[in-house]
Amino acid sequence: MSDVVVVDYGAGNTRSVRAALTHLGVSSVVSSDPTKISESELVILPGVGSARSAMDHLESTGAAQALRNRFEKGAPILGICLGMQLALEHSDEDGGVDGIGLLSGSVHLLTEGRVPRLGWAMVEPWGDAFYFAHSYAATCPDSVATSEGVTVAVERGAFLGVQFHPEKSGSAGLAFLERCLSPV
Amino acid sequence: MPLARLIPCLDVAHGRVVKGVNFVGLRDVGDPVELAKFYSDGGADELVFLDITATPEDSATMTSVVADVADVLEIPFTVGGGVRSVEDAIRIIESGADRVSLNSAALADPSLISAIARRYGSQAVVVAIDAGDGVVHTHGGRVVTSTKTIPWAIEAASRGAGEILLTSISVIASGGAGSAAHVADALRITDAALIASIVHENPAGLPGLRREIQDLGIQLRPMKELI
Repeated sequence: MSDVVVVDYGAGNTRSVRAALTHLGVSSVVSSDPTKISESELVILPGVGSARSAMDHLESTGAAQALRNRFEKGAPILGICLGMQLALEHSDEDGGVDGIGLLSGSVHLLTEGRVPRLGWAMVEPWGDAFYFAHSYAATCPDSVATSEGVTVAVERGAFLGVQFHPEKSGSAGLAFLERCLSPV
Repeated sequence: MPLARLIPCLDVAHGRVVKGVNFVGLRDVGDPVELAKFYSDGGADELVFLDITATPEDSATMTSVVADVADVLEIPFTVGGGVRSVEDAIRIIESGADRVSLNSAALADPSLISAIARRYGSQAVVVAIDAGDGVVHTHGGRVVTSTKTIPWAIEAASRGAGEILLTSISVIASGGAGSAAHVADALRITDAALIASIVHENPAGLPGLRREIQDLGIQLRPMKELI
């Protein structure tokens, strides 16, 4: 298979996602190049940085449009944490930011429990614990999994987004990533 | 409420993991990358690396340790010791650490907390507080300040610390978290417990420790065999 493209936001570190892919025997490149994004068999939109700087970078490089085109074609995209949130229409983060808009829905500050919501928590109906580190969460009609009442996975067409960090979720995370890679 | 976390703390000096009581009388227990992987496989929910020497010449060594650890570890980890500026935090986080832990540097300049939190989010900033007799201690417990523990913890949180790592100096002096029951007691009132000698003296005992703690009614994450 071709290299998995881990989308570059121009900030933060993508090292852990790439290390997990390497562990699974999959090579990857970090890029915001629209051509690479459209041609790769799997694109991962990771969870680093803040919503505004990420969107600014994705729009200015053409990566956001490449992701929209890719979604229209039904080519797989995995969004992780902020990467999942950016796929929705709008986020309240950084005073309000428009997302890539692949899926309906929006992102709001968590109001219940301790914020940031940090640590391992069970995800239902999947029955596994994954690692979370977030202050914002999605409201989305395409929710497919929850954790303690919070939407933690959304899926529509070829887009799957998760609020947790599979690359930081030990064996459960690796197994999840392997399932994401299997149709590729 | 997320599940309780067990967090082995690895003291690092000159790029090697060492173990000591009150940071005196260091005993070499090994290579950071190997130990990190070992504890991760044994069921650590997270790891903390504390650079206990943290001289300027050690910072490059620590950065490469962080990068090497990030390449093999699939659980989150925090790096403390020697984080004195936003630049130090950038260096550590961009090398692959999930969080930095600030101690005396935050006490000297609390704006450091907010500066790092603004850049990476609150989840990336831990403020470590060594407390004894209601006041904050620094330099591994050797310096007693006049800062009151609770108000300082509240200020750190309000400035953007995502977590407080509280160490009781008096508990350390009397042996620390020495048994599963002590760890379970801590986890009844906190989100996570940092564990040191209890695992370092028997690193293979971590899975057993998890079982004992769970038998005492604390919910930890379910573990499966590594794929």
